[in-house]
Amino acid sequence: MSKDRVQITEEDSSVPRPLLELRDLAITFDTASGEVPAVRNANLTIMPGETVAIVGESGSGKSTTALAAIGLLPENGRVSGGRILFDGEDLTKADNKRIIELRGRSIGMVPQDPMSNLNPVWKIGYQVKETLRANNLARKDVDVQVAEVLADAGLPDAAQRAKQYPHEFSGGMRQRALIAIGLSCSPRLLIADEPTSALDVTVQRQILDHLATMTAELGTAVLLITHDLGLAAERAEKVVVMYKGRVVESGPALEILRNPRHPYTQRLVASAPSLASQRIKSAKTSSVESADVLLPKSEATVSKSDDVIEVRNLTKVYKLRGGKGAGADFKAVDDVSFDIKRGSTLAVVGESGSGKSTVAKMVLNLEKPTSGKIIFDGTDLTALDKKALFDFRRRVQPIFQDPYGSLDPMYNIYRTIEEPLRVHNIGDKKSREAKVRELLDQVALPASSMRRFPNELSGGQRQRVAVARALALDPEIVICDEAVSALDVLVQAQILNLLADLQAELGLTYLFITHDLAVVRQIADHVCVMEKGKVVEAGTTDQVFNDPAQAYTRALLDAIPGSRLELPPEVA
Amino acid sequence: MPENTPLRSTQSTPAAPKIEHFVADVEQTPLQATDSLNEQAAPLSMWAEAWKNLRRQPLFVISALLILLALVVAFFPGLFVQVSPTQCDLINSNEGPSGGHPLGFTLQGCDVYARVIRGAQASLAVGVFSTIGVVIIGGTLGAVAGYYGGWIDAVLARLADIFFALPLILGAIVINSLPYVREHRSVWTVVATLVVLGWPQIARITRGAVIEVRNADFVVAAQSLGVSRVKALLTHVIPNSLSPVIVIATVSLGIFIVAEATMSFLGIGLPGTVMSWGNDIASAQTSLRDNPTTLLWPALALSITVLSFIMLGDAVRDALDPKARKR
Amino acid sequence: MLRFIIRRVLQVIPVFIGSTLLVYFLVFSMSGSPIDALSGGKPISPAVVAQLTAQYHLDQPFIAQYGIFIKNLFTFNLGPSFSGQPIASIIARAFPVTARLAVMALAIEAIFGVTAGVIAGLRKGKLFDGTVLLASLVVIAIPTFVLGFLLQFVVGVKLEWAKPTVSSGANWGDLILPAVVLGLVSFAYVLRLTRTSILENMNADYVRTATAKGLSRPRVVMVHILRNSLIPVVTFLGADLGGLMGGAIVTEGIFNVPGVGNTLYRAVLSGEGPMVVSIVSILVLVFVLANLLVDLLYAWLDPRIRYA
Repeated sequence: MSKDRVQITEEDSSVPRPLLELRDLAITFDTASGEVPAVRNANLTIMPGETVAIVGESGSGKSTTALAAIGLLPENGRVSGGRILFDGEDLTKADNKRIIELRGRSIGMVPQDPMSNLNPVWKIGYQVKETLRANNLARKDVDVQVAEVLADAGLPDAAQRAKQYPHEFSGGMRQRALIAIGLSCSPRLLIADEPTSALDVTVQRQILDHLATMTAELGTAVLLITHDLGLAAERAEKVVVMYKGRVVESGPALEILRNPRHPYTQRLVASAPSLASQRIKSAKTSSVESADVLLPKSEATVSKSDDVIEVRNLTKVYKLRGGKGAGADFKAVDDVSFDIKRGSTLAVVGESGSGKSTVAKMVLNLEKPTSGKIIFDGTDLTALDKKALFDFRRRVQPIFQDPYGSLDPMYNIYRTIEEPLRVHNIGDKKSREAKVRELLDQVALPASSMRRFPNELSGGQRQRVAVARALALDPEIVICDEAVSALDVLVQAQILNLLADLQAELGLTYLFITHDLAVVRQIADHVCVMEKGKVVEAGTTDQVFNDPAQAYTRALLDAIPGSRLELPPEVA
Repeated sequence: MPENTPLRSTQSTPAAPKIEHFVADVEQTPLQATDSLNEQAAPLSMWAEAWKNLRRQPLFVISALLILLALVVAFFPGLFVQVSPTQCDLINSNEGPSGGHPLGFTLQGCDVYARVIRGAQASLAVGVFSTIGVVIIGGTLGAVAGYYGGWIDAVLARLADIFFALPLILGAIVINSLPYVREHRSVWTVVATLVVLGWPQIARITRGAVIEVRNADFVVAAQSLGVSRVKALLTHVIPNSLSPVIVIATVSLGIFIVAEATMSFLGIGLPGTVMSWGNDIASAQTSLRDNPTTLLWPALALSITVLSFIMLGDAVRDALDPKARKR
Repeated sequence: MLRFIIRRVLQVIPVFIGSTLLVYFLVFSMSGSPIDALSGGKPISPAVVAQLTAQYHLDQPFIAQYGIFIKNLFTFNLGPSFSGQPIASIIARAFPVTARLAVMALAIEAIFGVTAGVIAGLRKGKLFDGTVLLASLVVIAIPTFVLGFLLQFVVGVKLEWAKPTVSSGANWGDLILPAVVLGLVSFAYVLRLTRTSILENMNADYVRTATAKGLSRPRVVMVHILRNSLIPVVTFLGADLGGLMGGAIVTEGIFNVPGVGNTLYRAVLSGEGPMVVSIVSILVLVFVLANLLVDLLYAWLDPRIRYA
């Protein structure tokens, strides 16, 4: 450590030298089908104490580039060209011993998924302690030191918490522990690989704020990897945009946001949900009637816009087994009421555990409410017999979050979309095939994809297939449970546009369940904000976004990455 | 978090050089259509993909060919041997190989080659039918337990535990102490014994696989389409739970062949009148010291067959590995 | 943790009763009364019949007979064998021999299986990995009794490194060869399980994080890969102790070991129902208890299970 310090003080007097510099970096993976270039001609400079963000979609090579800097490429990957200069030293030529020396002490890492990055069989404290020991930084009273390190990362009651195992921690607390580990040796560079993408927005905000404070105090430079341009621009001085393994644009964060020059960056800026402030309006020509319902202001004047779903005092109680005092109850949904107008979109927003998905399941009639009513088009759902339920299924259809889980991997696309028609005995084989073709066309997939299997499609394409399946029975209501949350920004924008077009065209009603307020702004007419099973705020999207009444809603809005950026109106 | 938290981690030093705005040459980094579908490649189901992977694996090719050979031998032993395996002459007792008798003779003077060829049928029959039996019984009970959960699961789990607590050989001994079984020993009693004692394992595997699939979004989606619970089990859950069951079944087939041999050795397997590798190995032990080859050949035939099934299971496991075929 | 232990212990009871009831039912209710077996079909005097009826409680309903048997099992009062010796004392003589054999086999499979599995896993795709993997398959594919014969013949008879059969004392030295044979198949399973487990853990996210922390490779391997990988292996080994004792019958037959398996085998041949039921029940008890211990061990090793 002392040697490094000496170098810094020497440098301070003269022109500052970059802490990390990637020059024409190329990374290649050896796969079964030969060598695949993952990164080409990547250039990047991080000055001491600076925060630099790499932005890109999945598969753009952003994580690979960062991992190469700390020598953590997967076994089949290697640096095939260029140089990685850390404080002037070429790490591509450094031996293993030197790299181990640098890790932790000079270059720290905060990984992406807090659930899988802590070893489940060791106590949190031990996992911090071994970091200090491995880097020869452990003091005599190492347990006190561990508690300090954890407390610095914002973990309350750190001394006690250090004696617990990872599974006793929430996601946010685990991420704090990982940040504590990453910063425990006061590294000069911290690589933060999507450090908060698995967390709720409010937690994400807290953790990023805390990380910023800590790195500022320590003078640590940060290489932040993210898919979220808004987050990157908010947190970094400098943004590097990667696309298909190449750096397509880099420069000052706000400059890139205001004046994107590469067509990919332009597209990214245009579709970043956190920067949008308006509801998507369908580009397709829409009938007067549906155009009317699209605009919330006209509701009162249009007599046709009745409430297709009325939810009254909906409550769901789960009996918890075990725990102290047998039979403890858990109220997942607590006295929830809302209406959805025909042809409009209601978004139910909340963080994990808010009960929003349970509401969706009850409206889909997949879970029975403990009490309360769901009235669909005048009839109470809770009192449906088998036959009526079967008919109900035709009119309400779901689209789920995980594009990898919502399609049966054994069914090809044709069978997947045809299944609802077959189940409801609609048409003969020929007319069903015609319908499948029509549906594929509606979701902008080529008819040739009919014989394909889900594993051959990308996430966005799978979600299109899920939309086509949901539409096969010409439903009136589509329930989207986090339908775009797992998708890359550009793909997400595509699907949201598709949903808006379909709504205009078919007069669909959407119940949109999401944690992402930025998405809500783009798609919803009305919003219900849920917290711990209760609706804390409801209103039109404009009301809720422009004039939130509740502190919780304000906190949520505040936590949208990029919400605090001041942008010229043409971008916003 | 206080309102005045700095957004950026550093108060950028005035000495820091101005950050350059770099834009890559658009020619060299062309923008591609978002999320386009490659329409060229041929469609591949999971099974087709697994088959494509399998075909390239030498381990798979070798074991599949060996199993094919064993099956041909079992079905058409006449193609391979004309000498009767039961016309034995004590004159030839423990004789070495001679013309027309490439592997020599047993203690009883029977032709070893003919017995090895003819023995394939019983050994493979035990393996195949026992496997079918455990997959049907264990698979059904495991799938029902995993899918419906609750008290059905609890009852079936305890039932499986009860049978699981009887180690294979102990259980076989007890079952064979039944007079009916003792008096009617045949391929079927051996199969029944192995099925009764072997189903819990398949049931456990199936149960686990079904539990993993039953809450998948595509099952929930099917139910919200109006597919009934039972139908969702049959059309979505079971087809997606098959791969681990296939793998274990393949390996079990080999293990059952070994078990038959062990049971025959203990005198609780196939009756002496049925020709099987197990019986031949068991009866060869008496002449082990004088003529070890009489034990070697049936043992070799059995072991190679079993090895083929285990290797096949390994190869299929690799080909169906969900981690390997993600996306 | 306490709740978990209590629940798990309570689960053992129905399984033990179910298994022993099944065995008792199969052996007695369906294979005829011990009177027939003892007399060999010859006519015997009514007095003897009455005495035997009382001895085996044949005048009582089946469930009561079973209940008396279980009581006797736990008080170790199992009545006389056909040869006149108390069954309890026969078992008491044979049981330690089999236990010794099983423990030795367990030690052999644990030491060699884990070592080879770890090395193979850490050097995936190398020569050592390929060789031991193939060897483990071959061991699984060859019936134990064939391996037993071959080892007995080669090591015992030809090379004379060890005694081909076991003396009546069955001391530790005598049992080495049988223990190797008994442990071979499990050795192969342990090896494969260890290897798979190591491979799985090597690519875990927390291993990468541990590397990023600056830990040396040996530390990463010892603290993060090995510790996590050995949890399933240890549980397999524990459960296998019960399996080895029940499965020792073949090995004991080949090497003429005076253990439980051999005694059981002879009892089966002579149709000695009470002896068979007693021995099988005890082995089932050992198996069930071994599994119980393993579950508790698992909870101790893996903190995630503890509070479940």
